[in-house]
Amino acid sequence: MKELEYPFDAEYIIKKRKSLKRALLADGSKRLKKKIAVFGGSTTNDIVVYLELFLLHQGIEAEFYQSEYAQYWQDAMFPSEELLHFQPDIVFIHTTNRNISHYPTVKDDKQTVEELLTAEYEKFEQMWTKIAETYHCPIIQNNFEMPFYRLMGNKDCSDYRGRLNFLTRLNEKFYEYADKTEGFYINDINYVSACYGLKEWSDPFYWNMYKYAMCVDAIPSFSFNLSHIIKSVFGKNKKALALDLDNTLWGGVVGDDGVEGIRIGQETGESQSYYEFQSYIKSLKDLGIILTVCSKNDHENAIAGLNHPEGVLKPEDFIIIKANWENKDRNIVEIASELNILPDSIVFVDDNPAERAIVSVQVSGVSAPEMDGVENYIMTLDRNGYFEVTTFNEDDLKRNEMYKANAQRAAQQATFADYQEYLKSLEMTAVIDDFMPVYLQRITQLSNKSNQFNVTTKRYTPTEMEEVYHSSEYIRLYGKLVDKFGDNGVVSVVIGKKDGAVLNMELWLMSCRVLKRDMELAMLDRLVERCREQGISTIRGYYYPTAKNNMVRELYKFFGFTKISEDEAGNTVWELSTDGYENRNHVIKVEDNTALK
Amino acid sequence: MDTKTIYARLNKVFRDVFDDDTITVNPKTTADDIDDWDSLEHITLINAVEREFKMKFKMGEVSSMKNVGEMVQIIAARAK
Repeated sequence: MKELEYPFDAEYIIKKRKSLKRALLADGSKRLKKKIAVFGGSTTNDIVVYLELFLLHQGIEAEFYQSEYAQYWQDAMFPSEELLHFQPDIVFIHTTNRNISHYPTVKDDKQTVEELLTAEYEKFEQMWTKIAETYHCPIIQNNFEMPFYRLMGNKDCSDYRGRLNFLTRLNEKFYEYADKTEGFYINDINYVSACYGLKEWSDPFYWNMYKYAMCVDAIPSFSFNLSHIIKSVFGKNKKALALDLDNTLWGGVVGDDGVEGIRIGQETGESQSYYEFQSYIKSLKDLGIILTVCSKNDHENAIAGLNHPEGVLKPEDFIIIKANWENKDRNIVEIASELNILPDSIVFVDDNPAERAIVSVQVSGVSAPEMDGVENYIMTLDRNGYFEVTTFNEDDLKRNEMYKANAQRAAQQATFADYQEYLKSLEMTAVIDDFMPVYLQRITQLSNKSNQFNVTTKRYTPTEMEEVYHSSEYIRLYGKLVDKFGDNGVVSVVIGKKDGAVLNMELWLMSCRVLKRDMELAMLDRLVERCREQGISTIRGYYYPTAKNNMVRELYKFFGFTKISEDEAGNTVWELSTDGYENRNHVIKVEDNTALK
Repeated sequence: MDTKTIYARLNKVFRDVFDDDTITVNPKTTADDIDDWDSLEHITLINAVEREFKMKFKMGEVSSMKNVGEMVQIIAARAK
């Protein structure tokens, strides 16, 4: 819904909040259901109203708990029955500079201010620890926005008695905690309030009158920013960019103006703007965002434009280049299928409103932000939070390489008549073993973003995954696949819970980047082996259909399981006896993780 | 701006905010007459009215207005 993407009209959203919600709920899309507890140090009602809207738009249907007015500390430290029963999937602590218990005064000495700072910080850390212990779920904490007045003027920021100085140092302490704590995220209201305009944001009318810590018109911007963290934690980030070329990555039309005629580089203000935009896109690639081209151009012209000596992006930065005269919606669908991702993971970047309109209508779920004026391109992509980073690991850094290797594999496949021969030629080696601490973050990330090859679509927070890892009730496997073109990283996760001689499968997922490589069979072989070692004779598999996981509807059948039951919703239960099972994988060499033990 | 125009524009604001096309406000309308009009929705309403008429209510007025009639008097004096 365009109304809920940057640049949105906050006034419109405020006025139409009810009808927008109705329209979103009626659009028939399937959404993740999540429970969010909001611990407020000021009024949170409207924050929740708009957060709900933005999350619905991003594929999450949230249920909320809100603490009584300003009871954030009490709720965190002494949880009520209601709250314990609510069992939040995520806790958001909405505190602001209005909640500081003791600011320094100009009469305080250095020592006193140090003590105030420590006391203020410890109040928060205590609360975070308690919440983590009680709910085992991710925590989002506001940092502090700057105050609306400066007692000492400019000196307020550098003098230890200044409020600005105090809040800045407190923020630093929050960041240190965030940096070392998994599942703890800062909602950067210091940045958002600055973008909005601190003067309007902190209009004291709203605090004194309604106990809102910001002006009412700023609340949509606040909630929008917050929604990015939540949807990212729950695996709803975008994965790829499909970029137009002419007047998007450079000024002018390469087919008409020639390579020497397009505007990119350091010559003029306009060409510098395109250069800056290309640099931004290149940095997104380093973050693990997949780059593709979707442009109406002759292929050779597109390549020539990308090879412009003053450009930042080069043809090899893109996994797929679709430069042809087909309709763009068709190209987008093909890009999605070649990358094995869903079209709703793609952001389509095009300066032409007509192309954006066609793609938006024809390919449901694709984001097509308003790219209006090259000087606004970066801001538009950035503010929309498509790629909000909540975890960042080595795998993200290497993602583009991996997709590139995939493209090479596809090229090689074309030269083999027999698929098994092709698989053998890949010289695949897998490590399949019990979880290890170094992989927990990646394992959790996979559980939150795999939608297609995922039989139960069960999501795990970092804390939950940690519990699974430490419990003796589970058989756990992760699978890492390497072949001659490159390292695919951890691509498959299997979790089963033991119940006597039965293993109930809670999770079976695989990254689509290794589809049709027999990796799932290698995982099955290893699972059966581990079951036998632990005296388990029956493996029971469950399939829960979603809008996206049809590809694994018959996975257990393919594995040789017998269907035990099926209900009206299509949920199926399957069983396999480990007696007499013979290994199915013959193309991947499987190893234990001896290197890290 | 004449009172009739104010009521027409105000009515539109009420219908948007409370998402109810059957609302018709008159000078005597109070929060009791509209289902969803509680203290939290009051904030949204005041904000929307301020935007519609490009004016601001004073802090004292926000809590002391007794009915729509009083709201319209303030708007008439200040609206642009």
